[in-house]
Amino acid sequence: MTEELFEVERYELREPPAYLFSVSRREFLGTVGAGFLIVAVAGEAQGQRQSAGSTLEARLHIGEDGVITILNGKIEEGQGPRTEFAMAAAEELRVPVERIRMVMADTDATPNDGGTSGSRSTPGTVPLIRQAASAARGLLITIAAAQWGIPRERVHVDGGTASGPDASRKLTYQDLAKSAELTEAYSQPLPADVSLTAARDWKVLGQPRHRVNGRDIVTGAHKFPSDIERPGMLYGSVLRPPSFGAALVSVNLDKSKSMPGVTAVRDGDFVACAASSSFGARKAIEALAATAVWKEKQHPSSDTLFRHLKEHGQAAASGGRNRPRIEGDVERALAGAQKRLKAVYQASYVQHAPMEPRAAVAEWQDGKLTVWTGTSNPFNVRQQLAEAFRIPAPRVRVIAPDFGGGFGGKHTGEAALEAARLAREANRPVSVCWTRAEEFTWAYCRPAALIEIDSALDDKNEILAWDFANYNSGGSAIDTPYRTANSRIRFIASDSPLRQGSYRALASTANNFARESMMDELAEAAGAEPLEFRLAHLENGRIREVLTAATNKFQWAERSKQRRANRGVGLACGTEKNSVVAACVEVEVDSQTGVPRLLEICQAFECGTILNPAGLKAQVEGCILMGLAALREEMLFAGGRIRNPRFSSYRVPRFRDVPPKMEIILVDKKEAEPVGAGETPIIAVAPAMGNAIFAATGRRVRSLPFQTTQKAG
Amino acid sequence: MAKFRLTVNGRERVVDTDPERPLLEVLREDLKLTGTKYGCGEGQCRACTVIMDERPIVTCVTPVRSAHGKSILTIEGLGDVANLHRVQQAFLEEGAMQCGYCTPGMILRTVALLNEQPKPTEAQVIEALNGNLCRCCGYPTILAAVHRAAAARQTSGSKSEE
Repeated sequence: MTEELFEVERYELREPPAYLFSVSRREFLGTVGAGFLIVAVAGEAQGQRQSAGSTLEARLHIGEDGVITILNGKIEEGQGPRTEFAMAAAEELRVPVERIRMVMADTDATPNDGGTSGSRSTPGTVPLIRQAASAARGLLITIAAAQWGIPRERVHVDGGTASGPDASRKLTYQDLAKSAELTEAYSQPLPADVSLTAARDWKVLGQPRHRVNGRDIVTGAHKFPSDIERPGMLYGSVLRPPSFGAALVSVNLDKSKSMPGVTAVRDGDFVACAASSSFGARKAIEALAATAVWKEKQHPSSDTLFRHLKEHGQAAASGGRNRPRIEGDVERALAGAQKRLKAVYQASYVQHAPMEPRAAVAEWQDGKLTVWTGTSNPFNVRQQLAEAFRIPAPRVRVIAPDFGGGFGGKHTGEAALEAARLAREANRPVSVCWTRAEEFTWAYCRPAALIEIDSALDDKNEILAWDFANYNSGGSAIDTPYRTANSRIRFIASDSPLRQGSYRALASTANNFARESMMDELAEAAGAEPLEFRLAHLENGRIREVLTAATNKFQWAERSKQRRANRGVGLACGTEKNSVVAACVEVEVDSQTGVPRLLEICQAFECGTILNPAGLKAQVEGCILMGLAALREEMLFAGGRIRNPRFSSYRVPRFRDVPPKMEIILVDKKEAEPVGAGETPIIAVAPAMGNAIFAATGRRVRSLPFQTTQKAG
Repeated sequence: MAKFRLTVNGRERVVDTDPERPLLEVLREDLKLTGTKYGCGEGQCRACTVIMDERPIVTCVTPVRSAHGKSILTIEGLGDVANLHRVQQAFLEEGAMQCGYCTPGMILRTVALLNEQPKPTEAQVIEALNGNLCRCCGYPTILAAVHRAAAARQTSGSKSEE
C-alpha cells in the first residue's frame, strides 16, 4: 500500500474526496442510532488489529468439514489472483485446489492487503498465503509426529492427509481443525521461518490452471457488483454536470419527488434519484435535469492538448522520487555533438473502459453501512465512505465481489458513495451502476503524455547524450536501460485537462514508446541495425535474454532484410515492475488509407518463476491486444465535454484486430522470485508497431494513437 | 404501463411495465436474470446478448414491447452449473474468460452461430463475434473455445442439443 504513495501516476489517490455529504447531528444520530459512538471506539481498535493481517487466523481457517478457507484483502477483476492464490495455498497445504475456499476483499473478514495494483499481488501477497499454508501443514506434521512418537521428518503430507511409517495411522486437516494446538496457533503471529516448497518440487504451482470459479462465469451465476440484489432494493441514477467544472446554480426536485416511488436528493453538488427500476430513476433525473441551471467553465480542448501540457509544465522539486536523474553534462554533450536527433512524442488520454462500469449496492442496517462494489481498493473505499458520512471506519463494510475489469481504473469509490447517499435517503438498499457515457466521461483516464527527447551519437555511434522529458504522464519506466554517456531524465508535472490516474503499466507505455522509437531513429542515424544497436548499448541481461528469444523465434535477422510492399517489421523491448519484455511485429499499412494492421507478433516475457502458465499466457495475450490501443484509442474533448463517450466512437480492440499470428514465449526462471505480469507485457506493442510502420512506409509515427486526429504539440 | 407476455427460458412470464423499457432491464431487474449484462446501452458491445426466437439480439436497445409474445433464451436457460451446455463446457475447458463479464454474451452469440453454421471457418467466427467486446482482450482464447465447441458438436453427431 505504501508503494502506491510513491507512484506519481496514481493521481486518483491524491484527489480530494469525491463527496463530503452534509450530515446534521440530528440526522446522523437518527441514522446510526444513539449510543453508537461508544461502540465505535472499541470497534476501531478491533479494526486496526484485524487490518494487520499478521496472525495465522487472519489468513487461514480450517473447518471441521475439512474445507480450508484462505483470506486476503486483494480483489479479482479478471487477472487471476483468486486462482493463483488458491494454487499457492493448495501447494503448501498439499491438498487439491478444490479443497480451498477463497475469501477476498471483504473489509470485515479479510486482512488489509492494500489496493490491488502495481503488479503487487504475486510478489506481495502470494508469499503471505504460502507462509500461512505452510505453517498449517507444519502444525499438522508436528501433531502427527507427537502422537505417533516419531520425528517430524518421517511424517509426510499428501492429499491433505499426514501419514508415517505405520500405514494404519493417519491425521487429516479435519483432525487438525478440532485440535487445541490449531486454536492456539491461530492467535500467534505468522511464523516467518516456515519452509516454502522449492519450485522444483511444485505439483500445483507451475502447472496451468484456469479460473477456479469458471463454472459460475459460464453459467451467469456469478454475481458481479452490478448484479447484487438486496431485499427491497432500489436503482439509482445521478445528475451529472453538462461539462467539466460546471457548478450547479439551482435545480428543482419537486417534479421528480412527485413521481411514484421516487426518492430524490440534493446534498451540495450531489443530486440523485432512486426508483424501483433504473428506467424510473433515469426518468426522474431527466425531469429534474430539465430544471437545472449551471454555471459552466472554460475548458481546454483535445485539439490544443499537447500545447496546453507544455505551457503548464512545472519543473519538479529537487527532492523526491521525481527529481531529475542527471549523469554527466547532457547540455554540453549535445552542444558539441556531430549527430544530434530531437523528436517530440505524444500519447493521448485513453480510458480503461472495463466491460462492467463502476457499480455499487449500498445498504444501511442498524447504523452500519455495507457496500458491495467493484473497486480494487476496498479498504480505501471504506475510509472514503467513513469520511463522507462522518462515521468510524469499522461501521462500514466494503465487499468487492469479483468484478468486470478494472485495468487500474477502479481504485476509487464514486459509485459506492453515490449508492450509500441514496440508500440513506431512501432508507432502502440502492444499486448504482454507471452508464457507459458516465464511465467514459467521469472516470479517470490514463494521463496524456508529451515527451521530448534530445539525443546525440559520438563518432563511434554510441549514445553520447540522452535528454528525456516527460510532461504530465509520469515516471514509470522513465529510466533508460541503455548505456548513455551523458543523460538527463525528467518528469515534468502539468495541468491535466482531464481527470487522470492509474492505468495498466502507468506511464511505461508512453515512456517506452518514445524511447524505443528514438532508439530506432538513432540506429538509423548510426547506420546500424536496430537489434545490433540495442544490444550494443544494453547491459541488462534479462532484457537481452527476452530480446534474443523473441528475435530468434521471429527470425528477425532474415525478416528484417526482406522488403515487401506496404509491409514492415519492427521490434521493441523494455522493463518495468521488475519484469522484462521484448516484441517483434510485422505490420501492413493500407496504401490507400495509411491505416496500419498488425499481422504478426512474437513476444517474449519473463517475470521470474511462473506460478500459473495459463494465467500468465492470458495476461500477456490480453496486454498485447489491449496495447492495440495504439491504433485508435483517444479521448476527444471540447467545451468541457467528451466528444466520443461511447464504444461506437471510442474504438477498443475487437476480434478483427487480433493478428493472424501470435506467438508468446514465456521464459520461466525457476527459483527466481515471481513478480507481477499483468502490466509490463503491454509496453512493447506500440513502439514495435511504430518501428514497423516506419519500415513499411518510411514515415515515422510519434503519436499514440497512430491514427490521431489531434495536432502536434 | 402495460402488460407483456414473454417466454423466458421456457417459462411464461408476465411483466407490467413501461413499453419503452429496455428488455435488458426487465430481465435483470424484474425477472432477476442478472447473467445478461449491461455494457454500453447502445448495442455496441453485445454483453447483453440473448437469443430471441432463434436469433441473437442486443437487449439494451430492445424495448420490452417488441419482445411481447416472443421466446427468449438467456445464459441461465442454457445450462446450469451441474449440467453445462456444450458451448459453456468449451469456454470452461479453454479457460476463455478473464473478468468474465462478456462471457454470457460471447457464449450465446456462439450458440446462435453454431445453430446456423455448425462448422464455421475462422473468418466466419470472427465475423459473427466481431461486435462482442472483451476489454480483457481474451479474444484468441475465446476463438479457441468456439472452435472447440464446434468440434464437440461434430463428435456428438446428430444428437444436437437444441
